[in-house]
Amino acid sequence: MGLIARLVLQLAQMALMLALAPLLAGFVRVLKARLQRRSGPPLLQIYRDLAKLIGKDAIIATDASWIFSTAPYLVFAITWVSASLVPSFATDLLFSWSGDLIVIVALLGTARVCQMLAALDIGTAFGGLGASREAMFASLAEPAMLMIVFTLALVAGSSQLSAIATFMHEGTQGLRLSLALGLVALVIVALAETGRFPVDNPATHLELTMVHEAMVLEYSGRHLALIELAHALKLILYLSLIVCIFAPVAIAAPGTGPAALALGLFAYLVKLAAGGVLLALFETAIAKMRVFRVPNFIGAALMLGLLGTLLLFVSASL
Amino acid sequence: MTPIILICAAASLILGGVGGVIARRPAGRMIVYGGSLAIAVVALLAALAQLALGIAPDPLVVLPIGLPHPGASGLGMRFGMDDLAAAFLIIANIGGAAASLFALGYTRHEAEPWRVLPVYPVFLAAMNLVVIAADAYGFLLCWEVMSLASWALVMAHHTEAATRRAGVVYLLMASAGTLALLLCFGLLAGNAGNYAFTAMRAVPRARWMGSAVMMLALLGAGSKAGLVPLHVWLPRAHPAAPSHVSALMSGVMTKVAVYAFIRIAFDLAGPPAWWWGLVVLLAGGMTAVLGVLYALMEDDIKTILAYSTIENIGLIFAGLGLALAFKADGMMAAAALALTAALFHALNHMLFKSTLFFGAGAIQHATGTRDLAQLGGLINRMRVSAVPMLIAALAIAALPPLNGFASEWLLLQAILLSPALPQFGLKLAVPAIGALVALSAAFAAACFVRFYGIAYLGRARGDAAAAAHETDRWSLSAMILLAALCVAAGLLPGFAIDLLAPVTHALLGARVSTQAGLSWLTIVPVALRQNAYDPLLIALFIAISAIMGAFVLRRFGARATRRAPAWGCGYQEFGPPARTLITQYSPSGFAQPIRRVFAGVVLRARDEATLPLPGEAHPARLTLRWSDPAWSLLYAPLIGAIGWLAGQTNRLQFLTIRRYLAFVFMALVALLGWIALWG
Repeated sequence: MGLIARLVLQLAQMALMLALAPLLAGFVRVLKARLQRRSGPPLLQIYRDLAKLIGKDAIIATDASWIFSTAPYLVFAITWVSASLVPSFATDLLFSWSGDLIVIVALLGTARVCQMLAALDIGTAFGGLGASREAMFASLAEPAMLMIVFTLALVAGSSQLSAIATFMHEGTQGLRLSLALGLVALVIVALAETGRFPVDNPATHLELTMVHEAMVLEYSGRHLALIELAHALKLILYLSLIVCIFAPVAIAAPGTGPAALALGLFAYLVKLAAGGVLLALFETAIAKMRVFRVPNFIGAALMLGLLGTLLLFVSASL
Repeated sequence: MTPIILICAAASLILGGVGGVIARRPAGRMIVYGGSLAIAVVALLAALAQLALGIAPDPLVVLPIGLPHPGASGLGMRFGMDDLAAAFLIIANIGGAAASLFALGYTRHEAEPWRVLPVYPVFLAAMNLVVIAADAYGFLLCWEVMSLASWALVMAHHTEAATRRAGVVYLLMASAGTLALLLCFGLLAGNAGNYAFTAMRAVPRARWMGSAVMMLALLGAGSKAGLVPLHVWLPRAHPAAPSHVSALMSGVMTKVAVYAFIRIAFDLAGPPAWWWGLVVLLAGGMTAVLGVLYALMEDDIKTILAYSTIENIGLIFAGLGLALAFKADGMMAAAALALTAALFHALNHMLFKSTLFFGAGAIQHATGTRDLAQLGGLINRMRVSAVPMLIAALAIAALPPLNGFASEWLLLQAILLSPALPQFGLKLAVPAIGALVALSAAFAAACFVRFYGIAYLGRARGDAAAAAHETDRWSLSAMILLAALCVAAGLLPGFAIDLLAPVTHALLGARVSTQAGLSWLTIVPVALRQNAYDPLLIALFIAISAIMGAFVLRRFGARATRRAPAWGCGYQEFGPPARTLITQYSPSGFAQPIRRVFAGVVLRARDEATLPLPGEAHPARLTLRWSDPAWSLLYAPLIGAIGWLAGQTNRLQFLTIRRYLAFVFMALVALLGWIALWG
């Protein structure tokens, strides 16, 4: 395949992530509303919200510095770039080797730090509250994620996501205990990192419970649009990550024709929809935890990840 | 190249003498720091030339001073710059040059310059000489000069009680560390008593002796570097010195200690046993997590930075431990990767930690306080210096695409190679160390968000912070220079890896594959696994995406930006100034969730809130307590035991003359008996 074709595929992946992210978030929102016997917002409401926000003036707090108005662009760009490093419908895209899974996790950490700094920049209680809680969650979620990366890298022989997806697609690994532990841990980390139940409530504005919302409370207009979009991108990133590792069914191998790519795209959409349904079901069935119960929850992910890695260090066949 | 370094060191020593003479003149400052800057640049270029151009190391230079050598005539002290020494000279002299540049402006308001000026060049010279020393005598002599010079610099502000206490603790720990190194070199020299490093390499020694050497080196070098539990002096002494000296102590002197450990454990001690790696790994992992957890408890900006130095030293030692473990099992390529990660992190830590200490000095100068709880909003008043500080804070938090992440990524890649290690102990320990490294990275992010967010962002928490002013040009140029190097090393780590390759080749006979020729300047440290990282491309993509986002929003969205007060539950607009400020998070409030979850057990951190009863007028009070387990578990019992022993011995002072005579008689009998039995 020529360089141009590969570049087009890579750009298509980036555009796909950006276009689908609000749809997935809206889909989960609609499903949750239906499960709670509400009619809920229309499926495309998030696109409308974004368009409305972009058209509005941005209001910046009096004491905020340039950090506050730069952070949304950085958070958005970093999340978008890391989302486009995750294989969605095809593996081995042109730039997929520019970072492995460790890099993706760390990039999300950079985005988080930008967000936390922006939250502290306003100089109100809410910003500090959100940032300090986020720091506590992150200090457990990041090591847990790294342990999951270790588990995957030891099984697949590489920490490069495309290589992991290809390895899993070949199916030679069979059923492995360490991978099962890794899956549970990854789901917990994904819930925590995307600010879903039971860690955070994406719809709350109550001081006692909000984490992510507290950090972005002062944002408005185009800045808020970027933050919301980045948040949606993070959800699609984690869902893509889970499906590309644990269900790489029909993912297009490098150098395949348009038919395989179309099949891969279709399969990807189905997998995202299935993931969205499971997320909505889970969120409806569970209640939000108290802030200081969350460390136990994410700590469980850390322990599972560590256990998975330990099993692999002890015996490569577990 | 060795003579150039020696001439530079001699010039520094002379400059110290000159500094002593002209310290009280206004020009003295410019001469001493300007001269130090020039000398450091020359030494840096010499070391860089040797590594980058692949010049073979010179034969040893023997100076006609020092101890007589056995087997040769005359006195001699050997010096030689091999590739390991060159790598550490690069670190030492970048740090030295930047600190001198910073000091040109920063020390303008130093109250007593004559306490610093004569000692500062001597300190720089001693650090250079330790690194190129090629026999134990020269090494220990320069090591002690380095310790004493840094002690004298710490005591520059001796009028403060805390500084004097820090000085005492530092002096005690430094002597204990040197004692360990002295014994270590004694064992290395063996029965022949030849103190040249070349002779030590040739001596065959028993397994236990090699192990004892390694443990003594870990104690001696570890106490200087700040390994837990030998770290207790570091967070007292480093902040007490003037800021350019703090930067040197944290950024460079700890690296000289790392050098000492590498020199002894990898070069002189002979083939390692597998458990050496385990011991060093555990010490490193524990140090990394505890160091940054302490930093999260602290409110003093320079103490936070000193504790964070302990964390980074832990990461470096984790890398070294991994390299030792790989070396013991003959996996030289993996050992080269781990050693490269450790060396690269040593370089990176010097870059960002020096910047941060410079910035802390600027803050202290601008506001007169080091208390984080009094700062805030400095980004609006120290507009320029806030930028290099932000870069350094992000780099030390191990965030891509900056340099701290590049070296941690290499370390994690090395950890991923470790399932091939045969020993069970290592198999169990290494993934746990990986988790500790990740934990310390996440804590470091929290710590530096707290540091930067509270000091530079938000609103001023005190009058001094509200009236702060920007620092001078010299200081700014030093900070910008180092921050630029942080960015460069982060975006182009391949060059740093290639620069360090001769070092690993000399020590291990293996090297990380050449990175310079790879397309897109990516780095692929382990060719077999094809794990790649391309910071340049990622940074480019992020920049393009951000600019594209901004462009689209400008084109299609509303452009207007309005300013309005933030929502603070009504306090922001209407309360008196003193009350609006307390709605901001305090540094201890920011750390509270982490303190509660992690530090409650480890550091016995306790928050005690005393609330006023209804009707009482006084405010609620929050008291925080935490204790360093190293003090309560190790040092407090030790001090208690010494005190008890001294109390018991004290009785001997108040005996009658008959008893003293009896003691003398008994001692005589005992000695005679000993001679009769063994003589």
